[in-house]
Amino acid sequence: MHIPDGYLSPSTCATLYAFAASGWYSALRRVKGMLAARTIPLISVFAAFSFVVMMFNIPLPGGTTGHALGVTVAAIVLGPSGSILAVSIALTIQALFFGDGGVTTLGANCFNMAIVGSLVAYGIYRLLSARSEIRSRRRVWAAAVAGYVAINAAALLTSVEFGIQPTLFHDASGTPLYAPYPLHVAIPAMMIGHLTVAGLAEAFIAAGMVSYLQRADIGLLRGIQDVPGTAPLTVDASRIASPARLWWVVGFLMLCTPLGILAAGTAWGEWSSADLANPEARAQIEAASGNQTVPSSVPAGLQKLSTVWTAPFPGYAPRFVKSQTFGYVLSAMFGVGSLMLVTLAVSRLARKTQAPESSS
Amino acid sequence: MSQDSFLESTMRGFARAFSKALISEAVARQPGLLQSLDPRVRVIGMVALVISVILCRKLAVIAAVMALAIVIAMASRLSLWSLATRVWFVVLGFTGLIALPALFVTPGRTIFTLPGLPLSISAQGLGTAALLVFRVETAATFTTVLVLCTPWTHILKALRSLHLPAEIVTMLAMTHRYVFLLIETANQMFESRQSRTVGRLTGPEKRRMTARTAGALLSKSVDLSHEVYLAMLSRGFDGEVRLLNDFRLRAHDYVAMTAFIVAGCLAVWTGR
Repeated sequence: MHIPDGYLSPSTCATLYAFAASGWYSALRRVKGMLAARTIPLISVFAAFSFVVMMFNIPLPGGTTGHALGVTVAAIVLGPSGSILAVSIALTIQALFFGDGGVTTLGANCFNMAIVGSLVAYGIYRLLSARSEIRSRRRVWAAAVAGYVAINAAALLTSVEFGIQPTLFHDASGTPLYAPYPLHVAIPAMMIGHLTVAGLAEAFIAAGMVSYLQRADIGLLRGIQDVPGTAPLTVDASRIASPARLWWVVGFLMLCTPLGILAAGTAWGEWSSADLANPEARAQIEAASGNQTVPSSVPAGLQKLSTVWTAPFPGYAPRFVKSQTFGYVLSAMFGVGSLMLVTLAVSRLARKTQAPESSS
Repeated sequence: MSQDSFLESTMRGFARAFSKALISEAVARQPGLLQSLDPRVRVIGMVALVISVILCRKLAVIAAVMALAIVIAMASRLSLWSLATRVWFVVLGFTGLIALPALFVTPGRTIFTLPGLPLSISAQGLGTAALLVFRVETAATFTTVLVLCTPWTHILKALRSLHLPAEIVTMLAMTHRYVFLLIETANQMFESRQSRTVGRLTGPEKRRMTARTAGALLSKSVDLSHEVYLAMLSRGFDGEVRLLNDFRLRAHDYVAMTAFIVAGCLAVWTGR
């Protein structure tokens, strides 16, 4: 799953570096807020541990062996932020010092394995182990499932990154310039090995280690705040933006939403079946697409799917609102309100699932 | 698979990691072109050439950049055989295997049909497979040449002077240091387990043994991090990382930097 240099286009590498950088930045801030001065030795030694675990040959059913990533145990013990940093550092050392994975693809590798792997592993483990006792058998199964799904999620992302290369980056003769296989080849080719070997290796090592820690070092399963010598969970209050200021910013952004009306034409790639049927809109699409010929009729699949879902606020304007500007503001308020409701529901659910653990 | 071959293959992997690190340290101390340059110039120059290879779209230009990589390696007194065994054969085996089916499945103009088989090679398939293999070989050669000719501590200091956050640089340095300690610890745990193993282990027993070793290593790692932290506190660590930056650019560093950047730009321009 370690992508070497040369498999991904420069623009894909740059995009994934940007995604990874945002993950590293927020993870570093969060971990420093929790651990303060202890961050550096704990993350460093844990990164070294992840590196060494990646070298273990895990015996699998059928007589074969596989390598695990160790991201699941890192996420369980350090939490997602600490795991993102530790696994990213381990991947960086692998790429720079041992040539395992590329330099230009380091962002992609860290995004797939360290960031997505950690978040998926942590989310699934917390979900499946919610309300269970710290020594419960369910936690062992939760770690196994979390490990299996996390590795396969990272592999799926990697295969999608490979699979989009020939479509997006080819020369005039159609020769793919980077990874040569399209999605329908890249996804099965990548997933077969991960669904059968790598996913199992991660599942076995995660479950086995959780089972071992339940018997030998239970403190580690409670998270890093229980590790001996670790500072208690504290967050620098001055670093948190005040809610009042945040509301002003959100309000200002909502008032700015009608700015989109100033732009002429339709956003590229956001064409409806009506646009494709309209000769004037078709001419605009053709001009905006480097004079690529637009199909003479609306594609059958697009026509069929366009009637599946009708938005309540089509074009950011409810039908009963006459002013387009007011429609945009109203849509922004509706969108922000919906997101707040979802966030409240998720945080309430998270609080409920945390309660039994803190008491155990 | 013999009953304990998974233990032996893991220990062989540990030994390979040690061997790679020792070879790098020995080569980095030799006199040579890259070794004589400021580490920042080496890092920027080699990374610029890797990026230029990724941006190149023509096989001939990538081949020319590969020739440049070989010239730099030879001028830095690197053994071409060690580069071949460490990079070229490995990349050819791995990426070559991945690229092979592309010869047959990439749609395009047929240039050759395998006699007696319903398989034909397309020009586009040959083009994409060759581009992939050559690009990966060239980029990996530059990265390996950089790593072999530069001590790890110099690479880290160069990254710091290029404004990578001090915390990240310190974590990379500490991780690198403790990787070898933990490899040694894990190796000893496996050796001691192997010496006490009589008879055949079943699959579940092997998995449990590996997981227990990993779990014990995790506990030891966390204890180690606590000891390291206490040692840092005893030396006056207050949470702020300070690194020395004593590199000085000389005239030939500027010349080399210009040469690397110009070569990279030329490759991108002609290979676009």
